[in-house]
Amino acid sequence: MKKQATRDAYGKALLELGGLHEDIVVLDADLSQSTRTAEFAKVYPDRFFNAGIAEQNMMGMAAGLSTANKTVFASSFAIFAVGRAFEQVRNSLAYANLNVKVCATHSGITVGEDGGSHQSIEDIAIMRSVPNMTVVVPSDGISTKEALFSIYEYKGPVYLRLGRPAVPIIYDEGLEFEIGKGIELRDGPDATLIACGMMVAMAVEAADELAKQGINLSVIDMHTIKPLDEELIIRKAKETGAILTIEEHSIIGGLGGAVCEVVSEHHPIPVIRMGIKDVFGQSGTPNELLQHYNLTTEHIIQKTQDLLKKKA
Amino acid sequence: MREINSLVVEEVQAKAKSIRKNIIKMLGLAGSGHTGGSLSSADILASLYFWEMNIKPNNPTWEDRDRFVLSKGHAAPVLYATLAEKGYFKAGKLETLRKLGSPLQGHPDMLKLPGVEASTGSLGQGISWAVGMALAGKLDKRDSRVYSVLGDGEIQEGMVWEALMAGAHYKLDNMLVFLDYNGLQIDGKISDVLSPEPVADKFRAFNWEVICIDGHDITQIMQALEKGRQIKGKPTAVIAETIKGKGCSFMENQANWHGVAPNAEEVEKALAELG
Repeated sequence: MKKQATRDAYGKALLELGGLHEDIVVLDADLSQSTRTAEFAKVYPDRFFNAGIAEQNMMGMAAGLSTANKTVFASSFAIFAVGRAFEQVRNSLAYANLNVKVCATHSGITVGEDGGSHQSIEDIAIMRSVPNMTVVVPSDGISTKEALFSIYEYKGPVYLRLGRPAVPIIYDEGLEFEIGKGIELRDGPDATLIACGMMVAMAVEAADELAKQGINLSVIDMHTIKPLDEELIIRKAKETGAILTIEEHSIIGGLGGAVCEVVSEHHPIPVIRMGIKDVFGQSGTPNELLQHYNLTTEHIIQKTQDLLKKKA
Repeated sequence: MREINSLVVEEVQAKAKSIRKNIIKMLGLAGSGHTGGSLSSADILASLYFWEMNIKPNNPTWEDRDRFVLSKGHAAPVLYATLAEKGYFKAGKLETLRKLGSPLQGHPDMLKLPGVEASTGSLGQGISWAVGMALAGKLDKRDSRVYSVLGDGEIQEGMVWEALMAGAHYKLDNMLVFLDYNGLQIDGKISDVLSPEPVADKFRAFNWEVICIDGHDITQIMQALEKGRQIKGKPTAVIAETIKGKGCSFMENQANWHGVAPNAEEVEKALAELG
């Protein structure tokens, strides 16, 4: 299976997009090698500004640049872009509804060996609570590129959540990607798996495994957490009667929380949330950590079976 | 070099007086807001908008305009009074300050009011916007300039120094920042709360050109602005010694006038003093 880190796809797509649009300006906070904005910086040095290790000022500079009709992509690790600079993102970018894209890499526990201090597990929850903010979490390299091209066309603040490790490519080139529209990857009546980011590939794998046992699941890549595809969630809640949400993020306030808000208001059914259970991460390889925090294909299968019991 | 004579100075002085009177009136009607720091910045804003800046009030988004960012956003009344004076909107709107649905929010909101270049108020953020605007000006090879006013309490925010570092690193000589150095913040004297001294040395150490002036002397403000235009390769900081509450004797140098609006009687007294 072909694999690519979403940050790698971001770096390549940003370079391509930068060649198409003169108004694109890229900022980074001394992590351009890791976030992959260095590729853009090398080819378009005039349109790249390193803010140094000063994420708060980076967001302010992004605000100022965007008022001069620049489309600004500001990158750092998720923990710093969202955590360190939260109030700048809130008050300088979102409150003024500016055309700035906060593209954060190294989200979730798969940051790996750097440990819990660097593993952002709250960023989806935080960003989706901010008015005007759009939150996109692509699942593979292909959808990352399409997401990037889409958020360029969209005028307004966006949070794009990207990851460090290579993850399976699940889409073909030319994927039709629409902000706010979940992608139905499997269509089955027994339950629905709603996943985002790197967990989508595992959800598909789990569904295909269970299909061999005669359990037919729907699988949705919910790449946009906000605005959330409520229509699709409600339809799937009605059609399948049970939902499992899967994310590499805290079970509090992220994809799982967002889905629960929708089904509890519109069509209450059993939901199980898979994610980080309100604890901080730690050092380890990404695979060891996914295993340790129960975020594997096997765990998805197990939880789906628990869900089916709840449904019955 | 533009000539600085008594005629242009008196013209700006008259504008500053009108701005101060409107600050008092609008705050009196609003019943809340930041009086002291609005009055301390009035001469600076009057000089910028009525002498220095290249702007078109009837075309507030004109691409080649000079830009002004009120980093000390709580002094919104001085910005609103100045914009109204300049003709960005009718002075009658000033009466809606801080009222539900008003474009004159408690802190400046660029989405609601023409002429407001940045939504500020959370201290430290405006100067970063100004750095970004100056970067954009360099990128687009425009001759336009970017101005900002920082509060002296505001420079306690670490972010300000991130922005100053960036401004010098990127050699933003199209940028000039005033420090409204009135010496007071909400909790008292800045020297008691958390001293930023030595202020001028700090700006110099961050590679900014530093000019120290009396922030209520229009001639000195104009001279500083002229000098700022000649500085190449680095941004300019004008450390303007000011008096909080300037123009109303009972408000001057009183920290408790930071975030308080005058009542009807005080409005009358203040307007009488301003003349």
